[in-house]
Amino acid sequence: MKEKRDLKIQAIENGTVIDHITAGQALNVLRILRISSAFRATVSFVMNAPGARGKKDVVKIEGKELSVEELNRIALISPKATINIIRDFEVVQKNKVVLPSYVEGVVRCMNSNCISNSSEPIKSKFSVLRTEEEGVSLHCLYCEHVISEEIAENLL
Amino acid sequence: MLFKNRHVISMKDFSREEIDHVLDTAEKLEPVARGEERSRLLDGKIVSLLFFEPSTRTRLSFEAATQRLGGQALNLGSVEASSVMKGENLADTIRVISKYADLIVLRHPLDGSARMAAEFASVPVINGGDGSVHHPTQTFLDLYTIRRESHLEDLRIAMAGDLKYGRTVHSLCHALSLYGAEMTFVSPPELRMPPEIVRDLKKQKIRVKETDSLEEIIGDVEVLYMTRVQRERFPDPEEYEKVKNRLKVTGDLLKAADPELKVLHPLPRVNEIAPEVDATPHACYFEQAFYGVPIRMALLALAMGVIE
Repeated sequence: MKEKRDLKIQAIENGTVIDHITAGQALNVLRILRISSAFRATVSFVMNAPGARGKKDVVKIEGKELSVEELNRIALISPKATINIIRDFEVVQKNKVVLPSYVEGVVRCMNSNCISNSSEPIKSKFSVLRTEEEGVSLHCLYCEHVISEEIAENLL
Repeated sequence: MLFKNRHVISMKDFSREEIDHVLDTAEKLEPVARGEERSRLLDGKIVSLLFFEPSTRTRLSFEAATQRLGGQALNLGSVEASSVMKGENLADTIRVISKYADLIVLRHPLDGSARMAAEFASVPVINGGDGSVHHPTQTFLDLYTIRRESHLEDLRIAMAGDLKYGRTVHSLCHALSLYGAEMTFVSPPELRMPPEIVRDLKKQKIRVKETDSLEEIIGDVEVLYMTRVQRERFPDPEEYEKVKNRLKVTGDLLKAADPELKVLHPLPRVNEIAPEVDATPHACYFEQAFYGVPIRMALLALAMGVIE
């Protein structure tokens, strides 16, 4: 059974594996990492894979080690994701994503009257807060609008 | 306390000590604002007034403040006659005007525009109102009025009218929380203070009460801050008609008030304060409009570093 499950994504020789992504968020992880059709490395992913703690998504990027800063942005939409750096088929580094305190140019402000949604030469800027009651929220540094539940829908 | 070259964007950027310093400076400059003393503090200085939307009181009081201090005001004029109509973005306008003036006062319809302008300016930027977010010089002058006409410490204040959309009351709540005020919010249910603001105040242990009746609270407060119920906020005109006169300060209402009660209003008013109130000792709103001049003088002089 274990062998069959492993066939869904083959092991990679070198690169980055993002595991324990919240089920259904893999495509948003690709967006947050700016992985589009222009991206040249081989990318594979599985959505809704059965895991020990319920369903999860997994993304594997071959031949490329992404920076910690860009990987940590994943915490905005999937706070329990883990990052595995693979070299020569071995996991050489395994970390949980860490919620950044600030993000720039990652999420669009939901306030349509915010200056960051105009044609000015600026990127959106948010401070990131996490509270017990409200979870992750983004506070626009321009207009002070707060985004809490709709972060994935507003990824740039 | 370092104010030189500092931007004035949001009240949240200022500590209580810094607010007090601005108010103290305004008080020293008040005889100049009244024309009783001459000042050359801003001699040779140019203040650029970039108003991308109309605002008579804010623009004219900044002009008056600049001229009372011996400086020159450089006016953008109408937006239609400016390079904005050629498609120039605000960032470029700010970079260019920074080369012409020693300070920029910006009023702009987009939320967060003043914060962005501060990123591109090489001179201090004072926010003269950006979208529906901030209007810090209005809050400074409201605080100054309260301090001059009543008192700031442990004040019992009611704010009434459109508390949902009124940016002046939102900033005022934050600033007054630094002075331990007890706040009562009076509004029709449709226009209540945003719950996140009420929640924040309660977290700071500020005593907050909400009601829809002026009669219920008029005897218990020292300052009544009225705001206009804005017709344009109501999708259904009939709903506006229902509430427009519900909160009205009249001579009759004031019979039950504390003799020392002061009534404030950022103006313009429509129906919310009856004309007969103007002649009572409670009326403070026209003096409040004047206090905009010494406050703006203080902010100009501090930001340009001619006063420390």
